[in-house]
Amino acid sequence: MMPLAVAAYTATSAMGHGLAAQRETLESMRSGLRPNDFGSAPLPCWIGRVDGLEQAALPAEHTRWECRNNRLAWLGLNQDGFLARVQQARQRHGANRIGLFVGTSTSSIGATEEAYRRLDADGNFPADMQRPAIHAPHSLAAFVAAALGLEGPCLTVSTACSSSAKVFASAQRMIALGLIDAAVVGGVDTLCDSVLFGFNALELVSTQPCRPFDVARDGISIGEAAGFALLQRVEAAPQAPRLLGYGEASDAHHMSTPHPQGLGAGLALHAALARAGLEAAQVDYLNLHGTASQKNDEVEAALVSRTFPATTRASSTKGFTGHTLGASGILEATVALQAIEHGLVPGNLGGDTPDPACGPSFAWRNEHQPVRVALSNSFGFGGNNACLAFAAAGFAA
Amino acid sequence: MSALRIHVEGVGLWSPQLGDFDALRSLLDGGSPPPPPARPAAARMAPNERRRAPESVLLAVEVAGQAVAMSGREAASLACVFASSHGEQSITDYMCATLAHSPTELSPTRFHNSVHNAPVGYWTIAVGCHEPSTAVCAHRASFGAGLLEAAGQVLAEQRPVLLVCADTAGSGPLGKVIGGEQPFACALVLAPAAGPATRARLDIQLNAGGEGTDLAPPLSGWRAGNASAEALPLLAMLARGTGRCQLAAGPRLGLQIDTEAVA
Repeated sequence: MMPLAVAAYTATSAMGHGLAAQRETLESMRSGLRPNDFGSAPLPCWIGRVDGLEQAALPAEHTRWECRNNRLAWLGLNQDGFLARVQQARQRHGANRIGLFVGTSTSSIGATEEAYRRLDADGNFPADMQRPAIHAPHSLAAFVAAALGLEGPCLTVSTACSSSAKVFASAQRMIALGLIDAAVVGGVDTLCDSVLFGFNALELVSTQPCRPFDVARDGISIGEAAGFALLQRVEAAPQAPRLLGYGEASDAHHMSTPHPQGLGAGLALHAALARAGLEAAQVDYLNLHGTASQKNDEVEAALVSRTFPATTRASSTKGFTGHTLGASGILEATVALQAIEHGLVPGNLGGDTPDPACGPSFAWRNEHQPVRVALSNSFGFGGNNACLAFAAAGFAA
Repeated sequence: MSALRIHVEGVGLWSPQLGDFDALRSLLDGGSPPPPPARPAAARMAPNERRRAPESVLLAVEVAGQAVAMSGREAASLACVFASSHGEQSITDYMCATLAHSPTELSPTRFHNSVHNAPVGYWTIAVGCHEPSTAVCAHRASFGAGLLEAAGQVLAEQRPVLLVCADTAGSGPLGKVIGGEQPFACALVLAPAAGPATRARLDIQLNAGGEGTDLAPPLSGWRAGNASAEALPLLAMLARGTGRCQLAAGPRLGLQIDTEAVA
């Protein structure tokens, strides 16, 4: 496929606000997880919470979009000079020639939950919650479009935990077809009762910090994050890292359990390699979905073993951030991009006693080495699988 | 920029008044098609799955099954783009009400059925589809934005795509805020090239217009009552065979669609 330049990118999560904080947290192998202090009756688990959201009100002109998820979106957009880069692209290409593709699993449902906690005597939403736009899953994309002043194609992808990986594919197709000249892609999900109590009901939440690929792993830790990237044609940013390929596939197996042989995950990974024109052995780093659920990690470890040589280094970074659900695709794409930019293979934090199913590719501690090609896996409920392939500027497959 | 040219091979439709695309054609020809049974048949699902499935899944599977049958394509061979403005409203209502009072009693099944990609997940499972599948939304413009995403896949990847757009009626306190008077679902099977199953050719141009083409009653009322029914200008044009319509793909983005019937 036609590669694209990742001309700018940014991330905000429990690792910190912006890329410098993220890199420092990764370098120090320090987890951003904390005991659950979210909500009025917190479950006994650990969470990846972003500091400062409670004080980060939206600017006055965006008050109608107020909610935790849009606050995190705005906080994220304000890191790493990202807003200015989008403004430059808008001036260069025009507001209607820049697409916006964002992934989210629950968007601003936290605001809907709050409205239900505060129903009036007649059973209606309180006056300050009578805002239909924030009670729709498109709330995030609609807010970001308004905040960035973009008027091109604008789409929410909501395929659970693969959402903000798949936005790269949508953007690439529309740029390749000439419908747009650039795209802002990204994703935001925030802590809310729906996911904390929902995953708890499925018995998928650990009472400890999550331990991806550890033999004693017993569930996920839920986190929140915002991440964005600006995609342009390579000529517009020749020195930037590239999106080389993407792959998408469906398990057709079960709504909340991965295919036991990782069928869809493997199809997505091989589709990404094929579109990028890569052999598996050319991959230097693979950021794994690695949620620390029993089943995901078992299936994904086997996929790594049967696909890659030991020279491909692999790790999950959810021990740093928790599982940020619909934001994990973009968050971990930024980890893969930082791996390329800084030659940092982040260690698989939390895997103190590796599952014997994990082969020699696993990087249990940080490694410093040139990374020219990095992949990122993202898998979601409903058997929805995506894989992204990135490479350093100038890399030729 | 030249138009995006795609080909329609199948059309599915379900609402409380219209059980399929033929019913819409009959209505527009002045007929009085009989309303379908109250619950979509969703025949492509296994009976045990169908009994437990939320309404949004039944709606999507019903219209997907109709469109795929008309196209003659193998269901498992089609990439899937499933759009919905609000997903399963009754589950959102249930979850928010339960979380407000007794959060630890939340049903795990209803939680995993609450994801926006539940309908496309159940569809891929029902038909054994391993192709790419996605679930998208753009509020009132979900059909237009979903059509653009589907056209992008059809043309950039040169593959047939199943597009579904479905919304349930509003439910509970949430429903009073976001509206939704009745369910509506539709589906198209879209292909890059003309073939023996082609029924119509679509030429799509992006423009700055945000409003959909005017409709006459009763279609105008159905559209006002469900975000997915924003598809009706295109569906009506497909029923007539030839013409031009406008759909919203966003607040300041429109799709101008020229349709040519292919016999």
